[in-house]
Amino acid sequence: MEKTIAQKMVQVNEEGYLTNFAEWNKEIGEEIAKENNIVLSPKHWEVINYIQNEFKNDVPLTIRKIGKSGVVDIKEFYALFPVGPLKTATKIAGIPKPASCI
Amino acid sequence: MKRLVILGAGTAGTMMANHLHHKLNRKEWAIDIVDERTEHHYQPGYLFLPFDIYQPEDIIKSIKDFIPSDVNLITKKIDHIVASDNYIQMAGGDQLHYDLLIIATGAKIAPEETEGMNGAEWQHTVFDFYTFEGALALRNKLRDWQGGHLVIHITEMPIKCPVAPLEFAFLADAYFKNKKMRDKVNITYVTPLSGAFTKPKCTIALDYLLKEKQIGIEIDFAIAEVNNENKTIVDYGGKVIPFDLLVTVPTNKGDELMARSGLGDDLNYVPTNKETLQSKDHSNIFVIGDATNVPASKAGSVAHFEADILTENILHFIKGEALSASFDGHANCFIETGNSKALLIDFNYTHEPVKGTFPFAGIGPLQLLKESRMNHWGKLAFRWIYWNVLLKGTPIPFVSANMSTAGKNFN
Repeated sequence: MEKTIAQKMVQVNEEGYLTNFAEWNKEIGEEIAKENNIVLSPKHWEVINYIQNEFKNDVPLTIRKIGKSGVVDIKEFYALFPVGPLKTATKIAGIPKPASCI
Repeated sequence: MKRLVILGAGTAGTMMANHLHHKLNRKEWAIDIVDERTEHHYQPGYLFLPFDIYQPEDIIKSIKDFIPSDVNLITKKIDHIVASDNYIQMAGGDQLHYDLLIIATGAKIAPEETEGMNGAEWQHTVFDFYTFEGALALRNKLRDWQGGHLVIHITEMPIKCPVAPLEFAFLADAYFKNKKMRDKVNITYVTPLSGAFTKPKCTIALDYLLKEKQIGIEIDFAIAEVNNENKTIVDYGGKVIPFDLLVTVPTNKGDELMARSGLGDDLNYVPTNKETLQSKDHSNIFVIGDATNVPASKAGSVAHFEADILTENILHFIKGEALSASFDGHANCFIETGNSKALLIDFNYTHEPVKGTFPFAGIGPLQLLKESRMNHWGKLAFRWIYWNVLLKGTPIPFVSANMSTAGKNFN
């Protein structure tokens, strides 16, 4: 379905995740963060850039992986994105929610 | 004479040995397969051991029975791979040179990755069912367990057979019902993901299963530790879940050999081109099955489909041609739902599982994403197919390596 985020029309799924990463931009990230009551700091952006890079390399994301990324540890990750950190961070980053096969 | 070496004689390695001994020019190529073990385990059978549905003898055979006689089986431990000089350093000091290497060393559980997981309660009230020993110990525990809080838990993705923990929950429900003690058991399914089902069409089609079976669910649970004294699992967000019996799927990792050889990522999976199955770092190394880091399911069916693609690409590579065979992430899995019913799913990198018929469009006889008895008989028949068809590299009739979209309802 289509949704306007930060004045741009983008494709999203039922849960509001962007379905085409090419449509993402920083303003969209900030707008989704705001909907989740998060104001993005430079540290947030470091995490978002890291997970976007992993996504581009087809690496499946896990909380542990982010904890070992050298960008943040797991406690800091929870502090930055308090509720369901991986779910929220991927949504802001414009990439799919981590999923199983079903 | 050139030498092709396969590391690992599990599902993927055995299939490659069976494909390549026909396909390679044997006047030019010798084939070795290396595995330190002597037994081949039918790993999908581990799910059925705890419930006394399968017995150990149903799922264990000898590795050598499945390796062609013109392939040299080496039952030795490997110390490390020296990819820059194309040889394998064996643990005893021997060196094994290769011209082409296939890594098929699989994945295994690593409970030590989670604090307290293999602590004092390991195999007393904390169990895995992804190893033969774990599944057998759990069977013995369940045989006279009196009930309480059963927690079925996934530590983190990716894991082998991502649906197995759900199947375990469904089979546990049926098992305790049959033992007339379901009212004494609380079942909770704990996942690091945002639901038991994470793909939209599966969520719609399958959400009823947990309710129907009265299985509780805890989502977004990123485990920090197993507390052995209080018998709880605790997540990084501070959530605490008590258990009387914890059945966990620990972190899965590739073989330690990859770390020793500098060939793995942080989980010891080998960075692999998801379409050609060639190692990203070494052109004469190919990777198949659970050992890769490709974003496909870690499942025997995936290894089976990959084996067809990889065989083609190895022949291309030897002739100096482009690696034109391309794997699409195809997986095909039966999901036991208890009481002699099962689901069947068929999907790939880009298509999520949907409803439909399989393998014949509009006919079936198997139903996709829908419970049926026929699917359950399919799953049980699969053990015979595994030993007699799959490992030998014989194609399964009407099921192609890349996924077919015929007979599926994508809308």
